[in-house]
Amino acid sequence: MPNMSLTKVKMPEQNPNERNKNFKEVATGYTEEMAIEEAKRCLECKTKPCMKGCPVNIQIPEFISLIAEGKFEEAYLKITETNSLPAICGRVCPQESQCEMYCVRGKKGEPVAIGRLERFAADWFMVNRKPKVHKIKKNGIKVAVVGSGPAGLTCAGDLAKMGYDVTIFEAFHTPGGVLTYGIPEFRLPKKLVQAEIDNVRNLGVKIMTNMVIGKSITVEELRDEGYEAVFIGSGAGLPSFMGIPGENLNGVYSANEFLTRINLMKAYMYPEVDTPVKVAENVAVVGGGNVAMDAARSAKRLGAEKVYIVYRRSEKEMPARVEEVHHAKEEGIIFKLLTNPTRILGTDDGWVKGMECVEMELGEPDESGRRRPVPKKGSEHVIDVGTVIIAIGQSPNPLIKSTTPGLETHKWGGIITDEETGVTSIPWVFAGGDVVTGAATVILAMGAGKKAAAAIDSYIKQKAEKDD
Amino acid sequence: MYKIVKKKELNSDVKLMVVDAPFVARKAEPGQFVMLRVNETGERIPLTIADYDREKGTITIIFQEVGKTTKLLGALEEGEYILDFAGPLGKASHFGEVKKAAVIGGGLGTAIAYPQAKKLNSLGVSVDTIIGFRNKGLIILEEEMREVSDRLFVTTDDGSYGIGGFVSDVLKNLIEEGNKYDLVVAIGPLVMMKVVSNLTKEYGIKTIVSMNPVMIDGTGMCGGCRVTVGGKTMFACVDGPDFDGHQVDFDEAIRRQAMYKDEEKQSLKEHECKLEGTV
Repeated sequence: MPNMSLTKVKMPEQNPNERNKNFKEVATGYTEEMAIEEAKRCLECKTKPCMKGCPVNIQIPEFISLIAEGKFEEAYLKITETNSLPAICGRVCPQESQCEMYCVRGKKGEPVAIGRLERFAADWFMVNRKPKVHKIKKNGIKVAVVGSGPAGLTCAGDLAKMGYDVTIFEAFHTPGGVLTYGIPEFRLPKKLVQAEIDNVRNLGVKIMTNMVIGKSITVEELRDEGYEAVFIGSGAGLPSFMGIPGENLNGVYSANEFLTRINLMKAYMYPEVDTPVKVAENVAVVGGGNVAMDAARSAKRLGAEKVYIVYRRSEKEMPARVEEVHHAKEEGIIFKLLTNPTRILGTDDGWVKGMECVEMELGEPDESGRRRPVPKKGSEHVIDVGTVIIAIGQSPNPLIKSTTPGLETHKWGGIITDEETGVTSIPWVFAGGDVVTGAATVILAMGAGKKAAAAIDSYIKQKAEKDD
Repeated sequence: MYKIVKKKELNSDVKLMVVDAPFVARKAEPGQFVMLRVNETGERIPLTIADYDREKGTITIIFQEVGKTTKLLGALEEGEYILDFAGPLGKASHFGEVKKAAVIGGGLGTAIAYPQAKKLNSLGVSVDTIIGFRNKGLIILEEEMREVSDRLFVTTDDGSYGIGGFVSDVLKNLIEEGNKYDLVVAIGPLVMMKVVSNLTKEYGIKTIVSMNPVMIDGTGMCGGCRVTVGGKTMFACVDGPDFDGHQVDFDEAIRRQAMYKDEEKQSLKEHECKLEGTV
């Protein structure tokens, strides 16, 4: 008999007032009993509606039914048939707008906690079983993948499973892309990210770090080195600033810099590590997305007394996940909504001493369908802050575009691709993830990597037929 | 891991290392830099490429031991390895049509000015080089610079060697004497680059400076290296590090350089305490 409870089995979490002082993971994960109980809420629908919400085609009812039977190893193996990064996806996918959105149980009550169950299976396997080293018959054909974030790892993993000789080129010293430099430890432990990356290595994928494509070697030169196809998954790494006075004062960070210092360079452990990060008593984070929430919650953990989210629209328009906004509020982040910064004020020697803002009200809907915020006259006021973090978005890094002749891009920098195959204006170059869509989610990037892997395989096979 | 194939002390504080880094060496050009990390807990720091050998696949770096990271780097010996070494990053220097150039190096900046002087010299440009140091003991690359320059002038602040005074004084004299430079390359402390740029602005001589702000990634991702140039915000790592000296907001750059002064001191102090503790 299925468990007909209308609510998900609650996820155990660290107490908000404790966790906002440490970088340990917020949600501590289901026990075996909790996982079985939640798994029994699944009705195992024949039509599998949940699967149409999954960009990487996980066989959701099958793996959940294995958990319900206590077959945790089998559940993990079922997931990894199509998804190499379940511990990551189980944590950072917006399941509420994907698989869980289509769950029949969600029509009355809460949907099955598919994400939490995916995470459980992945974590259980990591603790209880040794990583699998796969013996795959190699076809000897070289494919290059640029960037080791979610898109690149997925594309590389799928191609390796098909027998290709795949090398990932990563600009930083540690692979993982946004999983490593962007998403904080308390949401996605780095040990786990590296373990899942090791699983991709175990498929035979090579990862070369410190290789900045476009600088150390260009996309065209990769072809000269014998790579039959190149997948670009270099992400959206270029931070946007607001263009208001005072943005170059000391104490103003891009969210990218702030989070990279903390996540990639582990500045929260300073002085045990050498990279510092500065957080004043009061901090303002400008923006309303997941990156803004991550920055605000990190600032709080680094000891800031008051941390403000300053967002020009209302909470309804916030692009951040509801869960992230909820966690941020629990941890004491102060939301200043319908508020827009107009300038950052500095001391004589160039340090931030405050941020002038104006109140906004919502007018007619704009191109994005969200109501356009307009400033209220005479509502200028100053927030007393010493650190300002700008989290208003990122666009693709122009390094590859500018060094790859013939690669067509949008005006805003995104690479133009065919949606189904990821092929670019150059027939042997494919792209996917944030470098194509602009800053989006981990799972969409993974979906794009998966599609591109299939398209690269058929491109290479077709080419081989023609050459014969 | 990147092997140190040669190490040499240029003076008591400044060391030269030749590092095995074939992927950097095969594309490196004057003006570009590398990002390196000495060990697992280390920070990423940018260092300008002082020289390169494409055939041997090596990159030469020259650095002054000013903080913890450069001291850790300086403690590595020939045959040992640097953990991470990525590049070449930034834009290569672009000189345009030049007949006669003045290349100026201030202190450690001389190491960065050297590849520029060498490149200009190889392009057939007449090069007057002026290098300045606080005192005689700190002079580096004098012979190397002489080889790639038509004339070399060495200054010391305290007059203990060469011409007493500042590099900007020598440049001013050379211009006043009627030397018609169509390019000045000035590399060194921000204050020195500011003074030289102010001077050459008066005479209308195109001036390139090399900025070395705080960076995390070196690929355009963090924006920590923001520099205001001609009223616009630029990223030194991808838009530079070379910029038009007449357009750079040096006062802002000087303020920004002080952002981590306290942390730099703290790291250095703790590092030195540890070293003393082990003796």
